Amino acid sequence: MLKYILKRLLLVFVVVLGVTVVTFSAMHLAPGDPAEMIAVARYGEDLTQEEIEWVRATEGLDAPVYIQYLGWLEHVLRLDLGKSLITYEDVLGEILTRIPATLVLAISSLILSLLIALPAGIISAIRKNTIVDNACMTGALLGVSMPNFWLGLLLIWLFALSLGLLPSFGYGSIKHLILPTITLGPSMSAITTRPTRSSMLDVLNQDYIVTAKAKGLDERTILLKHALKNAMLPVITFVGLQLGFLLGGAVIVETIFAWPGIGRLLVDSIYARDFALIQGCVLFIAVIFALANLAVDVLYAYLDPRIRYEKK
Amino acid sequence: MTLLRIEDLRVYFNARGRIVKANDGVDLEIEETEILGLIGETGCGKSILGRAIMGLLSENVEIGGRIIYKGENLLELCEARMRQIRGKEIGMMLQNPSTSLNPVLTVGEQIAEVYRYHEGVGKEEAKKKAADMLKLVGMDPKRMDEYPHQFSGGMKQRVMIAIGLALNPRILIADEPTTGLDSSMKKQILDLMSGLIKSRDVSMLLITHDLEVAKGVCNRIAVMYAGELLEIAPAEKLLSEPKHPYTQDLLDSLPRMGLNPIPGESPSLSSPPAGCRFHPRCRCRSDKCSEKHPDMIGIEAETYVRCFLYKNDKSKG
Repeated sequence: MLKYILKRLLLVFVVVLGVTVVTFSAMHLAPGDPAEMIAVARYGEDLTQEEIEWVRATEGLDAPVYIQYLGWLEHVLRLDLGKSLITYEDVLGEILTRIPATLVLAISSLILSLLIALPAGIISAIRKNTIVDNACMTGALLGVSMPNFWLGLLLIWLFALSLGLLPSFGYGSIKHLILPTITLGPSMSAITTRPTRSSMLDVLNQDYIVTAKAKGLDERTILLKHALKNAMLPVITFVGLQLGFLLGGAVIVETIFAWPGIGRLLVDSIYARDFALIQGCVLFIAVIFALANLAVDVLYAYLDPRIRYEKK
Repeated sequence: MTLLRIEDLRVYFNARGRIVKANDGVDLEIEETEILGLIGETGCGKSILGRAIMGLLSENVEIGGRIIYKGENLLELCEARMRQIRGKEIGMMLQNPSTSLNPVLTVGEQIAEVYRYHEGVGKEEAKKKAADMLKLVGMDPKRMDEYPHQFSGGMKQRVMIAIGLALNPRILIADEPTTGLDSSMKKQILDLMSGLIKSRDVSMLLITHDLEVAKGVCNRIAVMYAGELLEIAPAEKLLSEPKHPYTQDLLDSLPRMGLNPIPGESPSLSSPPAGCRFHPRCRCRSDKCSEKHPDMIGIEAETYVRCFLYKNDKSKG
């Protein structure tokens, strides 16, 4: 098992290395001169060519691209993501202060989404083609089709403006957490309900379920012990992707509710054209995604002994 | 003594408007401590019969007739009572051991849970009993914490036998227990099964398409074709003097007998031929065969056949 995790970890490292290449080249592939962009961000539009050249020299932008990359990579490996071009704040420090907010929202909405999706998917599978099934599937379709920004605004209008029950934006208390969670959780559950249902249906048709029935076990044992663990395997992939997405900051929802998380930071840095901060955020989100995938792989191996003992 | 009696069993599936008559008027008895072979081509409804006894058919099915076990009609029992019978009174082994064991549970657990559930024994006790069961089927109990994919096909089938016999049921339904095994392994598994069954006074319904499999172990054999039984006879008699033309052809098609295939294909169960269901493929057919449906008649002691070639022997039937 340990060997398996180490192997996956090595793979994560390779992926992250690839991501650094992409992130770094993005700055150079973007239209416009990076030196000019930095200069504009710092000193405003009114610039002479000399000033731009001065920025180019001090930022090391006149060296060949691969030298620049290696220099940047060296810093990144030492966990130095540079300083914000605008505020001169440490980029990594800036990101770290945003993590708690993102983490809280991610965990609460993931839990809410699973609390809805798993029971709904399982019940739909057991009561296939009944009213319950149709209701769950219609709900899932609605949830998938409803855009987050629209649902978020509706909720603000209803609970904050009309009823005045909950704050419409901000961070700091449970009350602040409710609306963003209700915006994210159910819509994500809509995505997971469908694969849960189809995976459960598939598993319930397997021979080993008939064996379990032939043993005289009751429906509860068959479902929870014999079917669920098998049915969860494909679902975990979806949940892992969602977790990665959430931990990287739910950009739209964080923006609507002025939630001080990673997603909000990314959007703000894009508005401010703060390239160092954008680069840091993108890199951070990519690493989180890779780690979420690693978590999925490990969970897979935990649930499925066939993977655990591969090439033992 | 008759242990289980099937009377006029009819299992009809509704498949997109067409009625598939998987079992159409089956009468069969399983005697105490006998091994009864149920022989037929793929798709003749023999596995359905096994599942009907266990009450494990899907819900879009219409079942008629009666299945009497210890004075109760299994078809009328509630699900809770049926659960007490499954595993404990009537055990079942499915066709393919590779897909019939749960891939994410250890083999030990798959046996042990039966004891915990039916006998209410503790974890340790159940584990000990599962280990004994593994020993009984010739496996190393040390391997009980391993998962199904770590075992060979023959080993997995041994585990299936252990599960099927765990609670010492009165009847074991074995559906194609030798599928996917090579011939030396087939023999081993069959010997193991028949040995265990005899030593524990269990009756077995051995469902198979393979006459060679039935030959060595069965006391009686029933031949099924297109959802109904065509012949029932003691095994030796059926193999040495088969009565029904279909049984005769089936024996002729064995590799040992020259591998002569029966011409034509098994009929569809949704629109079986009128008259005798086998008549389009029969060597001995007469006009009567396509018009009238023959009844099952007793022609000698313990020998029944559904064919116009034979006359009812009132004294024996």
